[in-house]
Amino acid sequence: MNSTKKRFTEAYLGVYGLWLLAFVVAPLLLLLIQSLNVPGQGLSLANYRDFFTSGPYLAMTVNSIWYAFLITVITLGISYPLALCLTKLKHRQFWLLLVILPTWINLLLKTYAFIGLLGKDGLLNQSIEAMGFGSQQLLFTNGAFLLVAAYIELPFMVLPIYNALLDIDPLLPAASRDLGASSFQTLKKIIWPLSMPGVKTGVQTVFIPSLSLFMITRLIGGNKVITLGTAIEEHFLVTQNWSFGSTIGVVLIIAMALTMALTTDRKKKKRRQRK
Amino acid sequence: MKKLMMTFGGICLVIVALLGLQWGLTASRNQQSSGKDTLTFYNWGDYIDPSILTDFTKETGYKVNYQTFDSNEAMYTKIQQGGTNFDLAVPSDYMVAKLKDAGLLAKLDKKQLTGMNNLNPQFLNQSFDRGNQYSIPYFWGTLGILYNKKEVNGSELTNWSALWSAKYRNQVLLVDSARDILGMTLISQGKSVNDQNVADLAAAQGKLSSLMPNVKAIVGDELKLYMAQGEGSLAVTYSGEAKNAMERNPDLAYTVPEDGSNLWLDNLVIPKSAEHKQAAYALMNYLNRPDVAAKNAQYIGYATANKAAYERLPKSVQNDKAFYPKQSVLDRLQVYQNFDQHWTQLYNDAFLEFKLGKS
Amino acid sequence: MKIIERFWLAFCFFLLYAPILFLAVYSFNSGDAMQGFAGFSWVHYQELWQDTRLLQIVLNTLILALTSSLIATAIGTIGALAIYRTERRLLKQTLLGLNNVLLVSPDVIIGAAFLILMTALGLKLGFLTVLLAHVAFSIPIVVLMVLPKLQEMNRDLVLAASDLGAKPTEVLTKVTLPVIAPGIFAGFFMALTYSLDDFAVTFFVTGNGFSTLAVEVYSRARQGVSLEINALSTIMLGLAFVLVLGYYAYSQKTTSRKATKLKEKVK
Repeated sequence: MNSTKKRFTEAYLGVYGLWLLAFVVAPLLLLLIQSLNVPGQGLSLANYRDFFTSGPYLAMTVNSIWYAFLITVITLGISYPLALCLTKLKHRQFWLLLVILPTWINLLLKTYAFIGLLGKDGLLNQSIEAMGFGSQQLLFTNGAFLLVAAYIELPFMVLPIYNALLDIDPLLPAASRDLGASSFQTLKKIIWPLSMPGVKTGVQTVFIPSLSLFMITRLIGGNKVITLGTAIEEHFLVTQNWSFGSTIGVVLIIAMALTMALTTDRKKKKRRQRK
Repeated sequence: MKKLMMTFGGICLVIVALLGLQWGLTASRNQQSSGKDTLTFYNWGDYIDPSILTDFTKETGYKVNYQTFDSNEAMYTKIQQGGTNFDLAVPSDYMVAKLKDAGLLAKLDKKQLTGMNNLNPQFLNQSFDRGNQYSIPYFWGTLGILYNKKEVNGSELTNWSALWSAKYRNQVLLVDSARDILGMTLISQGKSVNDQNVADLAAAQGKLSSLMPNVKAIVGDELKLYMAQGEGSLAVTYSGEAKNAMERNPDLAYTVPEDGSNLWLDNLVIPKSAEHKQAAYALMNYLNRPDVAAKNAQYIGYATANKAAYERLPKSVQNDKAFYPKQSVLDRLQVYQNFDQHWTQLYNDAFLEFKLGKS
Repeated sequence: MKIIERFWLAFCFFLLYAPILFLAVYSFNSGDAMQGFAGFSWVHYQELWQDTRLLQIVLNTLILALTSSLIATAIGTIGALAIYRTERRLLKQTLLGLNNVLLVSPDVIIGAAFLILMTALGLKLGFLTVLLAHVAFSIPIVVLMVLPKLQEMNRDLVLAASDLGAKPTEVLTKVTLPVIAPGIFAGFFMALTYSLDDFAVTFFVTGNGFSTLAVEVYSRARQGVSLEINALSTIMLGLAFVLVLGYYAYSQKTTSRKATKLKEKVK
């Protein structure tokens, strides 16, 4: 019995491992080689030295992390209640699909729509004026940038949280209520901890890509916010210095690996303590 | 499990149905086959009147595979890496030089080209391709200032330095391009857009950073949307973008400062890896025909490099000084030379620092 | 409480659909831009109908998205099972880390790396290379959606099934897969989203006349994206909406019994 199971596991590992080798490890190696292969200098660490000693790049790194953090927090703030409300609806699966549907429209097109909505004479400003306030400058502000970024990332946060919430045994919150807990207490002590895996997945799928956003920063932010994504895009598509672009990519990947290692270790320890 | 099977089975059916639909469409269109009569035309999106391609196929029998890119550099990467054999491509001036230097272009066989006399000599024999050995011009334009007539007096914009005026505080939009923005700053300081002197570049960066209080945003292709919506009163941008914005908002006007500017040209070239050169020449010649070139210019709205076509355009277009400027302005225009990576990087770093200086 | 919930839902859906409605309304504009509604007209829909090149691209895009998501879902689920079943901590962490690499890498980098890889392999750029690339960047998201489901799965269920004499294949199809099905669906939809939305990677690995909607739209940016694309998006969204409704109505029939049972349980 056990040996068949083991063979299954090995087969899974084989299929998945093969894919990882071909489409992750190989490109990763390419990236690494490229980042070390400085034009005109052969193999060298010059790019890394330049990156970590350059003011503008360090500033961009800090910017990227800060804005990715903000985007994640805002998205989580909107998504968690939304996912919670969705699970309580009668036709919840239908509504969930409606949350995903907007992502199937081309991103550039949606951004153009936002330009129209947030513009000087756009709908939002018209309604602000109708309420008796003066017209506001909305485009090219941090607020607009964060709004649009959160808009794009929203479904990626809602979906895992929604799934995690649905998995909670409905008897648990019911029991908590029966035992006299307020709905806030139930939320805090029962639902939130039990939905953690979903929240974690959501945070991963939002935070990581947010680090390298580039289009929105230009389209909506007017380049007032500059992230590492902008720099990478420029190195690949404008200056064609793939070597330096790859360096930034490698730094990003290492940073991600570190964050992941740190977060999972903590969780492991907790579990052991509980045992 | 049953639900899983049902759903994914259903999706498979949808895929098959779509494949059938596609097959039907291909059959009715009969154009997607990559036989020896089909050439691959690599162009900017929506940069040709589609009816020209259909007429071309009708007339010559060659089919056209129209594939698109969104930046010169991205196109360069694709041509360099291979994997697709592009037969005709449309790079801008400096990119022609870069492609040529990398040995990626085929020399044009002048015997196979017709209608060269139709082209305006003004745009031939440029520095990026002396004697037009590799390229022929398609459309051209300038870098200039797009402004809102309601808010800005156009007669004040005679030179680039006018942008620095304190009254345009937080009203200027810039196109997100290191070469263009540093280039116009260099011109305002009496230097060349192709300046390769570290001190000049530093001086330009210094002057540029003092423009920052006036800069509202630095954007890309969407600049035309913003200007049409009245988000800024002035913008540094290309004539093609300006034309597009002016069609949407009649309050906008475009001018090229008198102290000089950049002249850009988009050109037709045949990559070395082309497999259907015969067809590529046929399309080049077809696009050079005055009636076709005029039709194309009407559709796209950019300035045509084809003199015979220009003469066929409506008088209102011909006399539009913003897009077909007078000779004295033309004489001051400079074409970008291709920079090596070192200088591209220096310009870009300077521009990046300028952008980061904005808080 | 109920009112707050309703308000939040209304707010979120308003936010989600405001730009989409904006796009859809302007697809009926007789003018040429998403600015200043000049009057109602079908003209952009007629343009679209005549643009066979664009229609072909749409079909390409749909076929590509569905096929790649399907393959990615299969491999991704296998990957999640592999990670879940792996006992060695280090291997597990490595697998997870490698899985996330493609999520963190900016599209431009992935695209460029894949381009080099595929030309090195001597593949002719076109549908196949784009398909491979889309499968590749969709797998991580599927893994991320399925894995939590596996981790939450009650291990006793699997043990009980095998104790009762179920073969591993039976355990897989009768216990594990049904339990993690929501994660698989979620993964599939996310993969679809990634595939439909991707521009940078597709651009690099496409060739020989194969194009997708995203590449086409982006490369039209210099000239200005025409309202024809708005019309197209409106139609596609309408179709998707009908599909979702139909799918939902169908699944409603099969799951309604379960739902009522669940409610009784809560009461």
